[in-house]
Amino acid sequence: MTKVGVVVFPGTNCEADVIESVRALGGEAEMVWHGDASLPAVDAVVIPGGFAHGDYLRPGAIAQFSAIMGAVKEFADKGGPVVGICNGFQVLTETGLLPGALQKNAGLKFLCQPAELRVATTNSALTSAAEVGQTLHIPINHFEGNFTCSPDTLAQLHDEDRVVVTYVDNPNGSMGDIAGVCNQGRNVVGLMPHPERASNALLGSEDGNVMFTSLLQSALTNA
Amino acid sequence: MNEPLHRALGLTDDEAESITKILGRAPNPLELSMYSVMWSEHCSYKSSRIHLKRLPTEGEHVLVGPGENAGVIDMGDGIAAAIRIESHNHPSAIEPYQGAATGAGGILRDIFTMGARPIALMDPLRFGPLEDPRSRWIAEGVVNGISGYGNSVGVPTVGGETVFDETYTGNPLVNVLCLGIMPTERLVLGQATGVGNLAVLLGSRTGRDGIGGVSVLASAGFSDDEADAAKRPNVQVGDPFEEKRLIEACLKLLDEGLAVGIQDLGGAGLCCATSETASRGGVGMDVDITTIPLREEGMEPFEIMTSESQERMLAIVEPGNLDRVMEICEKWEVLASVIGTVTDNAGALRILDGPGDDAIVLADVPASSLHDEAPLYERPLAEPADLADRRQRSANDLPAPESIADDLAAMLIDPSWVYSQYDHQLFLNTVAGPGSDATVLRLKDPATGADTGRGMGLTTDGNHRWCAVDPKRGTANTVAESVLNLACVGARPLALVNCLNFGNPEHPEVMWQLSEAIDGMTEACLAFDLPVVGGNVSLYNESKGTNIDPTPVVGVLGMVDDLQSPPPGKRWNDGDRIVLLGDPDATELSGSTWAFRQGHKQGSLPAIDYDAHAAVAGLTRDLVNDPGFITGVHDISSGGLGVCLAEMAIASGVGCTVARVGSHALLFSEAPSRVVVAVSADNLPTLEERAAAAGVPVTRLGLAHKDQFAVKGLVEVPLATLASASADRLPNALGGGTTQG
Repeated sequence: MTKVGVVVFPGTNCEADVIESVRALGGEAEMVWHGDASLPAVDAVVIPGGFAHGDYLRPGAIAQFSAIMGAVKEFADKGGPVVGICNGFQVLTETGLLPGALQKNAGLKFLCQPAELRVATTNSALTSAAEVGQTLHIPINHFEGNFTCSPDTLAQLHDEDRVVVTYVDNPNGSMGDIAGVCNQGRNVVGLMPHPERASNALLGSEDGNVMFTSLLQSALTNA
Repeated sequence: MNEPLHRALGLTDDEAESITKILGRAPNPLELSMYSVMWSEHCSYKSSRIHLKRLPTEGEHVLVGPGENAGVIDMGDGIAAAIRIESHNHPSAIEPYQGAATGAGGILRDIFTMGARPIALMDPLRFGPLEDPRSRWIAEGVVNGISGYGNSVGVPTVGGETVFDETYTGNPLVNVLCLGIMPTERLVLGQATGVGNLAVLLGSRTGRDGIGGVSVLASAGFSDDEADAAKRPNVQVGDPFEEKRLIEACLKLLDEGLAVGIQDLGGAGLCCATSETASRGGVGMDVDITTIPLREEGMEPFEIMTSESQERMLAIVEPGNLDRVMEICEKWEVLASVIGTVTDNAGALRILDGPGDDAIVLADVPASSLHDEAPLYERPLAEPADLADRRQRSANDLPAPESIADDLAAMLIDPSWVYSQYDHQLFLNTVAGPGSDATVLRLKDPATGADTGRGMGLTTDGNHRWCAVDPKRGTANTVAESVLNLACVGARPLALVNCLNFGNPEHPEVMWQLSEAIDGMTEACLAFDLPVVGGNVSLYNESKGTNIDPTPVVGVLGMVDDLQSPPPGKRWNDGDRIVLLGDPDATELSGSTWAFRQGHKQGSLPAIDYDAHAAVAGLTRDLVNDPGFITGVHDISSGGLGVCLAEMAIASGVGCTVARVGSHALLFSEAPSRVVVAVSADNLPTLEERAAAAGVPVTRLGLAHKDQFAVKGLVEVPLATLASASADRLPNALGGGTTQG
């Protein structure tokens, strides 16, 4: 069975939610402690949301130095699927695995609300099972989700089809309405919305499941 | 002449004398300061205890009732729920961000102290009017504080209330409720047992913040702004990241059975935690004050013992388990220090200036005397002299409104500006979130994460207008509203916690309000078979000599027995029939939002018929738990039928045409036991049959359609006008941005 490692830093809080969503789709998942220098035998890695190291200094700034991140980089370099959700996206940009940065929302407010996303590419570890142009209802929950990067990087992201999902109605000022991007290898994906919060009809949406399904498929290919 | 020390610490001359009698000698300054915090109104409930005894506290699901850190309810399947509500009114009045943040932090510790993982916070908030700049500053700071602390600590804020009214100018109410769940077998109590066991202090270093918070701040009213600003250092400062790690470390300790007892450090700090654990366990405790990690040098023993520095816990640990405890704390980067030992020294709490038997004894008091022998006051109470006269003056005698549309629009307020700043979805439990009549959370097994297929309903309710007019009926009707709110999401009530926010107990009229409110709550709880499992009393809510309107707030936990789909919520579809369940002729306006807006605060509150109420609630619950049968449901409360209909219309984006509501009194009365239901034309006859069978009056009010909000003969206004009045109110007043955090 495909196994997903879910990285836990002190201050991470969405780890159990991601594990619940992965298991509901038939995947296996286990927590990985940030202080470990190596990954257990896993086929994919998720860095979940929360406030790693209290978001002190700035989100992700301290987490990039946790021992596990060396192993995550190595795993990613070998083509292993790595997904950062919300705070995990911030960690991945700080680590340099993904381009750009997440600054404070344009309204200078924390926002926990529904968001409508559009799938911009299916050529990524997180969207392979979706369709281009498909709209997904997946909530956001962040203060620093305003994606920004240099004009050159933005052009490159578009040229290389690396914008993964965009907001239909931009809630936070993100450049190019970007909600998620991937690396050149297309195996590392970061996004601000929380697909695990849209994984059950009781929660109002199941649209996040197409992302976890994609991840499990990518993991299988990698394994 | 200098004031005697005991008075400066807030103790009366009689109380100082009692302390001398208990000790058989005059207390030293450290001992005096310990008694002053423990015997404060906030810690000892000395004015309210005598009345609180009347509340019913027993029920078949109650595992732990009042008196512990939290009430605990048996939810079945080996799952227990811990619930508590607290106030942080005074700290929030002078330091809104930290006051609200540490209010959340404090109540989380009360929950995980019991062994439960906190899974939800609710915040009933009350501020002065939006027109008042200071009230806006307080409101914005409080919301930021809850957002900043709650989101970061990783516990979702799933509901609450936001009320603006002139009665709270200068004295806002910041109440916070927390719900946790645990495997029933993990339930622990805050007690020390086993002579030779170690007292281990976990978490933050102890600093000079929050010294005297319970006595200086919480147990006195506000008078002038400058003096109150000088109390700002009495407010604690919170660190949600520390708390998050503390939660994980403590739950791990409890999972592995490494603590025989555990207690949070809240009001009155170490003094309270050490004496409470020793007192509950019937043992003594020696505390070596030199072992307590401090934030700064030169702290006096009385500062160390009464500091309210946040994010600290006291665990009682067997010596053989200490190494494992230290290992867990190290993993979670939580500071842990052995600061004391459980003794068989006749229940004495001794504060020592060093280790060993020859250490200087700084304080030596019977631990239990700090709690059990706290003074108990039967303060004089008196109903207002003109009460009979006031009750004669009904709000129905006021002139009819010039514009019902304007009056209606003025009562609409969309709270999403507040709750969109709170993470309300973490843990994937939130089926109906903030903005609903009541919150619905999935009930998952805390040990395995497996869904039980059942849900928990949770609501907080308070109504200062009803209680100002009649504290007894007002409180009873508040409890009834909670029951109906739960029914609107398909939940049956299980247990209640209360937060009693009142003015200065030294005013006989305030004590009368408190006593009446407790009588009303007792009456309603008995009628609904609803045990009170915990509570908090907040007195001295006064500003510049004026007491707040009495504001008892209740939190009620309920059970959804079969959670198949989200409850329908306050909405309708185009073409639906709009139906009223309950009395179609209720017109009493006294105590209503509409009456208060005209400055009318008198008259007689509509009484409740408990049988009729139970019938409406029961029918509503059945309809909601029949997925697809009705389109929407909403109870009638603040703002009456008019606001109820407008909220349903706004949420749906579909207008309505309503008949049979012939007067503004019918439109704005807040009489209890009424619900509006939206149903398809096809299901209407069955609905009427079901209502008749349940003995509930059912009245066809009209049709959901078009884009106008129309009540024949009274009002016709574009729905968009009402929608923007509601949606724009808070963003316009409070702006789009944060000022802190």
